[in-house]
Amino acid sequence: MLRGVKKSMRAEGHCRTRVGTAICTVAASVLVLHLDGSPAAGVDIGSGHRTAPNFARVDLERRQVSLADYRGKVVLLNFWATWCAPCLAEVPHFAEWQRTYGGPGALQVIGISMDDQEPPVRAAYQKYGLNYPVVMGDESLGELYGGVLGLPITFLIDRQGKIRFKHRGLSDLDVMKREIQQLLSGQ
Amino acid sequence: MGAYFEKGHWSCLAAVLLASGSLPCMGAERDIPQAQLLLPAELAQMLRTSTGEKPLILQVGSHVLYAEAHIPGSEYVGAAGQESGLQALRDRMKGVSRDRLVVLYCGCCPWSRCPNIRPAHRELTALGFTHLKVLYLADDFGTNWVTLGYPIAKGR
Repeated sequence: MLRGVKKSMRAEGHCRTRVGTAICTVAASVLVLHLDGSPAAGVDIGSGHRTAPNFARVDLERRQVSLADYRGKVVLLNFWATWCAPCLAEVPHFAEWQRTYGGPGALQVIGISMDDQEPPVRAAYQKYGLNYPVVMGDESLGELYGGVLGLPITFLIDRQGKIRFKHRGLSDLDVMKREIQQLLSGQ
Repeated sequence: MGAYFEKGHWSCLAAVLLASGSLPCMGAERDIPQAQLLLPAELAQMLRTSTGEKPLILQVGSHVLYAEAHIPGSEYVGAAGQESGLQALRDRMKGVSRDRLVVLYCGCCPWSRCPNIRPAHRELTALGFTHLKVLYLADDFGTNWVTLGYPIAKGR
């Protein structure tokens, strides 16, 4: 981000003028908004939606989970970990949405834990009453999805298997819910 | 960045940030002194120009995320939010000179919610490390380091 600010300053060449002061202030304000940690809205990743990479793993219940098997459903794919506080704030909502919107042709939540070990994941699975499959992730799965280098990250995948929205960091769950409803309605 | 801002503009930037209460020294981040915070650009510069003793750079978060990408030359220690990670940190620092420059980083989660960075900082402070820096990653390692094009290495 600092590079971005720097680049924009260089491009404008304004930092040595009064106008530059104003630009600096605006840039600082943008920086402030960014640092403030306010929830990030979902990012519609554009019209060229890419197909969600397929993966197959065994979940905590020892069932085979393959993303391709959920084609025809809207999928909420959530990368999380038990040590990630924002993740733990989200997962009860995902369980609720699975109850509300789940069913044939509807929503399917899939959790991918980026924990190093399974026991704490299993404990959290019980504690939070997760009602959707949770598989253990690793660096190869993270890289498959463009790099999971900070949590949480959630992808919303439409019925055709295309990634339509991506949420990174502290998410606005109201926005995410609206996006799910949008995908469920076939838009 | 300094080359693009005159002194007055730095003041302007700092004033706006301070007024907003959003500088890393504010709010939940008060427990790590601002003087010990290192911005990604500063560390990247340090890595490029360091000619003497290299800083000891320690990742104190997730091993999976470290395997995906980490700062070249950095070592994975353990998740300092857990006792096992803190013990691994203590063990790693045995025999390390207390005046060695040490840089801690995590970047697993948004800064204010990171479970690892503050315990690691407290531990090394308690152990008497005097040249301690903490990499300030506002969002996460991906957003504030990798996406900005700073160098990375992969693997465990």
